[in-house]
Amino acid sequence: MNEITSILLSALAGGVICAAVQLLIDFTRLTPARILVCLVTLGVVLFAVGAYEPLYKIFGAGVSVPLLGFGATIGRGVREAVGEVGLLGALTGGLTASAAGISLSLFLGLFFSLFFRGRAKRM
Amino acid sequence: MDISGQSGKKRLIKAHTPKSRHIKNLSLAFIFGGIICALGEGLLLLFKSIFDEKTALTLVSLSLIFLASLLTALGVFDRVARHAGAGTLVPITGFSNAVTSQAIDAKSEGFVLGVGAKIFTIAGPVILFGISAGIIYGVIYYLAGLLF
Repeated sequence: MNEITSILLSALAGGVICAAVQLLIDFTRLTPARILVCLVTLGVVLFAVGAYEPLYKIFGAGVSVPLLGFGATIGRGVREAVGEVGLLGALTGGLTASAAGISLSLFLGLFFSLFFRGRAKRM
Repeated sequence: MDISGQSGKKRLIKAHTPKSRHIKNLSLAFIFGGIICALGEGLLLLFKSIFDEKTALTLVSLSLIFLASLLTALGVFDRVARHAGAGTLVPITGFSNAVTSQAIDAKSEGFVLGVGAKIFTIAGPVILFGISAGIIYGVIYYLAGLLF
């Protein structure tokens, strides 16, 4: 599969997932926070039942960039850690695998809050 | 064009506005979500040519988190997100945006109980339920491994 095809497939899958969630926002009372929680949990479930990896092989970043991918990262981390250290891995795998994203995100939030002001000031 | 025709046209416009707004929202979510994932795939291909797949995936997430956080701080992200809706919310950019915008909005309430606590308003639930689902999966996976 060449690069153009894989980029187009990613755009297609990502677009479809986002459009589906937009439908949920427009037609249900789901708040953004609930949607993000649902997506990350769905990602863990999809990984657990083995549905995530075949999708990732076809659509690449199209399924890994949506927050589903964050859930799948947690799932993958847990599975690998349980394989290595047994039951303890259920506790260590998830946070270990997702540590980089969580840490960077939190650190940048703090860092930028030192230099920028929020909406309250601009209004 | 007569007046009745115009009011008929107006009525028609009114009747179709909510529907067209949904179609517009849907299209914008598709387009922005597609663009962000295409950018992610481009980065993934680039990183995969240098690193192994797992590292490449992490670096894609980190790049998008950095980009979304910076654009949030500069006030650009919220302006785009107003139109893009789920298109910017659903990718990892939405998580990063939620963290950074909560942090900078809470600055006036102090750094410990303002920024420090409010930064987890969205990140907290996402991490909590993600990790909890992971623990349940891990226990089931472990037990299944013992049985089969």
